[in-house]
Amino acid sequence: MKAWFKSGSPWIWLNGGAVAFCMIMVVGLIGLIAVRGFGHFWPADIVKVEITQPDGSRQVVMGEIVRPQTITAAVARDGGRTDIPEGMDLITRYLLKQGNKDQTSNDFAWYFELGMGEFQYPKDAYQIERREWGNFYGQPVALVRSGEVIARPAETNFWSTLQESINRSLALHKEIRGIEKGEIGQMNAQIERLRLDLRRLELRNPSAQERAQEEERIAAERARLDAEYAILRVELDKLYESTRRDTLVMRMSDDREVNISLATIVRVTAPNSMSVFGKAGQYIERLWEFLTDVPREANTEGGIFPAIFGTVTMVFVMSIMVTPFGILAAIYLREYAKQNMMTRIIRISVYNLAGVPSIVYGVFGLGFFVYFLGGSIDKLLYEAALPTPTFGTPGLFWASLTLALLTLPIVIVSTEEGLARIPSTIRQGSLALGATKSETLWKVIVPLATPAMMTGLILAIARAAGEVAPLMLVGVVKLAPTLPVDATFPFIHLDRKIMHLGFHIYDVGFQSPSAEAARPLVYATALVLVLLIVILNLTAISIRNRLRERYRSASD
Amino acid sequence: MNSQVNDTPSIAVSASQARGGAPREALRMQDEKIKIAVNNLNLYYGSDQALKNINLTIPEKRVTAFIGPSGCGKSTLLRCFNRMNDLVDICRIEGEIVLDGHNIYDRKVDVAELRRNVGMVFQKPNPFPKSIYENVAYGLRLQGVNSKRVLDEVVERSLRAAALWDEVKDRLEDNAFGMSGGQQQRLVIARAVAIEPEVILLDEPASALDPISTLKIEELINELKNEYTIVIVTHNMQQAARVSDYTAFMYMGDLIEFGDTDTLFTKPAKQQTEDYITGRYG
Repeated sequence: MKAWFKSGSPWIWLNGGAVAFCMIMVVGLIGLIAVRGFGHFWPADIVKVEITQPDGSRQVVMGEIVRPQTITAAVARDGGRTDIPEGMDLITRYLLKQGNKDQTSNDFAWYFELGMGEFQYPKDAYQIERREWGNFYGQPVALVRSGEVIARPAETNFWSTLQESINRSLALHKEIRGIEKGEIGQMNAQIERLRLDLRRLELRNPSAQERAQEEERIAAERARLDAEYAILRVELDKLYESTRRDTLVMRMSDDREVNISLATIVRVTAPNSMSVFGKAGQYIERLWEFLTDVPREANTEGGIFPAIFGTVTMVFVMSIMVTPFGILAAIYLREYAKQNMMTRIIRISVYNLAGVPSIVYGVFGLGFFVYFLGGSIDKLLYEAALPTPTFGTPGLFWASLTLALLTLPIVIVSTEEGLARIPSTIRQGSLALGATKSETLWKVIVPLATPAMMTGLILAIARAAGEVAPLMLVGVVKLAPTLPVDATFPFIHLDRKIMHLGFHIYDVGFQSPSAEAARPLVYATALVLVLLIVILNLTAISIRNRLRERYRSASD
Repeated sequence: MNSQVNDTPSIAVSASQARGGAPREALRMQDEKIKIAVNNLNLYYGSDQALKNINLTIPEKRVTAFIGPSGCGKSTLLRCFNRMNDLVDICRIEGEIVLDGHNIYDRKVDVAELRRNVGMVFQKPNPFPKSIYENVAYGLRLQGVNSKRVLDEVVERSLRAAALWDEVKDRLEDNAFGMSGGQQQRLVIARAVAIEPEVILLDEPASALDPISTLKIEELINELKNEYTIVIVTHNMQQAARVSDYTAFMYMGDLIEFGDTDTLFTKPAKQQTEDYITGRYG
């Protein structure tokens, strides 16, 4: 035993064990998120089951089984199920996602196994994803066009006719969205600009003639836009009318019939009659929708694209701001400043900034950046728009700037370390050739330190992309109507509010009206956030490695 | 003292042999054109005096070697010639160093300009993280020369002068870090030569190299002295004997003895010198 201790093996086991433990934690974490999150998109079978209630009444329910749960019979009895037999200790219940929130107002419900009939999987059970009210589960009755039945499920071409009609209405919907976002959006921007022009005119108080001229121009523009808008409006109304042409008649599990306008349908699937490949295709389609679509129904349905886009944009803007500041500060501290008490104090302060809780940065960002800086900018440059704030309100720019401040110490510290690692012989070699200090710095030292700067940036990105607390104060919102980058001048709107994956997780998980509907989305969004950070990091790491390769032996 | 003189002929012979075996004409300082004169130079690091009242003349287009044990101040003295000691905050200098009639420690002297005239090669090869071509062109680019034609010409001439051209002419765009240590050191010499200085300072240029690379560097020094004034610091007495025309022996910040190499190695005037070159200490 003593010899074993002396041999050093215990140390190896201890260290190896620590590594193994860390690996298990990381793999377990990612695995849990991945399974819970990405399992959500697999089309589940639709179950139809007849339940005999304690009072003898019968009820047919239909939906997806979310999960079974075994509870003690005592708990169930306390919950009002007095019909449970004496000898029974445990009882199983199922959570059923039965949708149809607009009809039953109860989209998730628990059902006890007791009194349940056999599970049936009707081939014609449809799952209908709608723009409002969540999923609908039921069996088809007929497809109606302009009041006339054009197809019945018994007919062989029912499915293809249905899909055709749905595709048509989806195309129409896309067109409507295009007009609303594109042309009408542009028009709104122009009208807003005219309004600001008018306001500016009032503020400037010019001569009567100039004023009349300007007012005339604005009125003319206004009239032209109104006319254009009227034309578009007519076109839009026609499109809307057209989307309401078809209606799908569905029968719910309780035999009630419901008319569903195709205009509200996103997708109709019949999972019970799907093959594995069909389900796989469906899975990919839903996953793709999740990644590229906008959220619906208070973020509990649809996609998370605005959040992904917002996160990435914010990280980019932050990188653009933090990199030059951090690098210049580090260069001054390391290369130019005299190393004395003052620089020591500055350096310690910078290091300590890295330890300040992030919410404190958020408060600072709100108080200083948003209210003070933003308010001043509004007064100076956007006076016409007041009292509506432009930059004096939380937005992308302030969120990025706050994060830049938060990650500044990281960039400074690693840049300084990189500069300190460069051998003095290289400096002297350059100076000995008649280079001045700044020439040496910019032509030799800084290029050599770029890998270290990239390391700083990588750490900064990893920190910033996952930060949530300060962002809630300085620019991230639950639902942003527009992306920060679009086709309207000036294309990058630094003043807009953004969505963010981290905040989205919080919002969906804790602020959502339906906890059960939100649960898988929390996991899926978390996984997307992790993957996004990994991708951002890998990109930065590959750039750094390329730089390092170039300056291989000097920096080692 | 006479009896000890006889102990040293072997070094003296090797000094002559290195130059092709033919004994060269005796060198006398009074016949030489003086390139650098060091007058009453004192140098302090904080309160420590590293150089004590040095007086020395460096002849033009000759190789002058500084020898002495570690910490004797020979590198410090060398670095005074291009004011590299300015980089050390606590360094203080008294006295003067006159280069071509001008005191380089004069207030009006542009240090960058001085360093363009007095090139330096360091102990460890220190190429820049750039291509071979850009390493050699670096000094010229600093001076604002950007003409491809001029640069091409200078790069080739400098690499030829450093006896490196034939080895690297096909890979001028490769990173300089891919070269061997000896090649890197010759590249650094080419880099120094490219800006056509008048004086080249060599700070133990071969101490980090293998014997063959060392030999090449020594041959190179022999070539270069036709055009440049060379000052070399070396630990290796044989090397000093082989490559230099004049040798200065330093000890503890004092210049003990300075004279033409043959005399210094065969008939040193001071006991201390003799003890050092015969290996009694140091």
